[in-house]
Amino acid sequence: MLDSLRRRPRLAFALLAVLLAALPFIMGFGLGNSWVRVLDFVLLYVLLAIGLNIVVGYAGLLDLGYIAFYALGAYVYAWLASPHFGLHLPFWAVLPIGAAVAGLFGVLLGAPTLRLRGDYLAIVTLGFGEIIRIFMNNLNAPFNLTNGPQGMNLIDPVSVAGLSFGKSLHLFGMKLPPTYLYYYLFLAFTLLAILVAFRLQDSRIGRAWAAIREDEVAAAAMGINTRNMKLLAFAMGATFGGLAGGLFAAFQGFISPESFTLWESILVLCMIVLGGMGNIPGVILGAVLLTMIPEALRYIGDLQRATLGHIVVDPSDLRMLLFGVALVAMMLFRPAGLLPSRQRKREFAAEDGVAEQEQASLYDAKA
Amino acid sequence: MSVLLSVDQVTKRFGGLAALEDVSLTVEAGEIYGLIGPNGAGKTTLFNCMTGLYTVTSGAVRLAGAEVQALKPHQIVKRGFARTFQNIRLFANMSALENVMVGRHPRTHATVLGAVLRCRKTRAEEAGIREHAHELLRYVGLGGKSRGLASHLSYGDQRRLEIARALATEPKLLALDEPVAGMNPNERQQMGELFRKLREGGVTLLLIEHDVKLVMGLCDRVAVLDYGRKIAEGPAEEVRRDPAVIAAYLGGEA
Ligand SMILES: Nc1ncnc2c1ncn2[C@@H]1O[C@H](COP(=O)(O)OP(=O)(O)O)[C@@H](O)[C@H]1O
Ligand SMILES: [Mg+2]
Repeated sequence: MLDSLRRRPRLAFALLAVLLAALPFIMGFGLGNSWVRVLDFVLLYVLLAIGLNIVVGYAGLLDLGYIAFYALGAYVYAWLASPHFGLHLPFWAVLPIGAAVAGLFGVLLGAPTLRLRGDYLAIVTLGFGEIIRIFMNNLNAPFNLTNGPQGMNLIDPVSVAGLSFGKSLHLFGMKLPPTYLYYYLFLAFTLLAILVAFRLQDSRIGRAWAAIREDEVAAAAMGINTRNMKLLAFAMGATFGGLAGGLFAAFQGFISPESFTLWESILVLCMIVLGGMGNIPGVILGAVLLTMIPEALRYIGDLQRATLGHIVVDPSDLRMLLFGVALVAMMLFRPAGLLPSRQRKREFAAEDGVAEQEQASLYDAKA
Repeated sequence: MSVLLSVDQVTKRFGGLAALEDVSLTVEAGEIYGLIGPNGAGKTTLFNCMTGLYTVTSGAVRLAGAEVQALKPHQIVKRGFARTFQNIRLFANMSALENVMVGRHPRTHATVLGAVLRCRKTRAEEAGIREHAHELLRYVGLGGKSRGLASHLSYGDQRRLEIARALATEPKLLALDEPVAGMNPNERQQMGELFRKLREGGVTLLLIEHDVKLVMGLCDRVAVLDYGRKIAEGPAEEVRRDPAVIAAYLGGEA
């Protein structure tokens, strides 16, 4: 079955398109409308994971503060399209602004951290993520920029050609709730992001990132401006994050600093590690699994209530437990991820860290 | 002949240790220039200073008349000076072809926008990169090995691949750090032929080598480093007879 599809890519493509188009209806009728909302979040996380994968998977820069860019995108959206400042710019103007602001912050964060490697970079980016969240939490006085911990409310929904995504759409006698409409919007952005990521990977720029990840000194000796290429990776990843943040704000209509904790950064990182860093299908799989499974686990709570009359094991505790078990199992059995990239698989197969140590010592005063 | 590279009183200190002390030399366009000396003499350090990996403590390096010692490695490559490494530094998890394709980076232009839109110009450039890389692999004798992983190549082939990758940047001057180390006499001879072919193709070569016979047979001029100082420079035959060189180096080994 899979084999015959592989031989007919057009047919496979058409089937996939139909499946993606029908998915919210399948989920909605099969499992209930709350699952369409889950689908929307799956798409947002795929978008985030694809963006982080550019930084971590392609360029090899461990970024633990990625969610800060998601936050920036969301807050920019809220500032420009909510009653907070009385601005109500259209989404097609606000989204790019949010993405650009996030991209700019990507460069601002990248510039001072480029000399750092590995663990050190991780610590600094982690700090950056927390700083942004703490700012959002506290910038309600003296001038109320973010409304502090209460967050910002009544954010404008996306609206295209007079059609507001905030209300259900009646089409051919069918009622499409906002979650359905956002599904198609998010799907469009996600597919676009996937295309961009694929094309970047398979280009002069993608090769330069891969070279930097493999051996930064040799990459420089091949005429690659390592500083600029790393900044570019940061900026690209941050832009994707900012875009996802804007979509999130419009979708929820409400944002608060609580949505942008360190845990979220780690979750997105887990998605790409689990799925297979550097490989887009793997990254998508990781995002899908880590968004859907916790939702599915909620049923365990209902199940307990139905059979035992009360909750014995809290599903959210169970979620953490399973998460830990899954990650340990991964490290043991599939360290390169569920669907690893060709290159990553080889890296884990070769067991020498020597080249890396050498690299750390060769780069002298000029970085 | 014109001077392509000149090293002018370069000193490099690591803490108290002077790895290079007041070293000066000039390489002329079109020649094969040998750099020899015992282990730890400072040959690799000099390469690193010339190619922007190390900052010199004092002194100047000029490429075609322009000072380059303060430039970044990628800027020096762009000006036509490429190198290989003593401890081979290939992109081990990429194929041989991909390694050489990376080397085309400084001579190609596709931007993010071009790569994403994949316009006709980008596609043509990409095809050109691939074509050029295949050609270079054939040139160094790796024609049939383009798809294999760099790390799966034999030691000698890895050295060839490093040369092909460096050539992809279109250097006027190519610096090779012990390119035949660990090879048998037969392979060495083949590499010697490759170097001559390169020179005929218009590339000036700067060669660090221990094999005195190979150096003497191949190089137009030779400089000898010992404890970070240049103790001799000149045509190979002259240097071979220099008493200081015999004492410091040749006498010890040959
Ligand atoms: N990054 C470095 N830090 C400290 N010492 C170094 C460094 N690089 C080279 N050296 C020292 O400089 C001297 C010359 O080394 P090198 O240039 O590698 O010699 P060669 O290539 O001639 O064998 C050695 O004593 C070496 O230990
Ligand atoms: Mg050396």
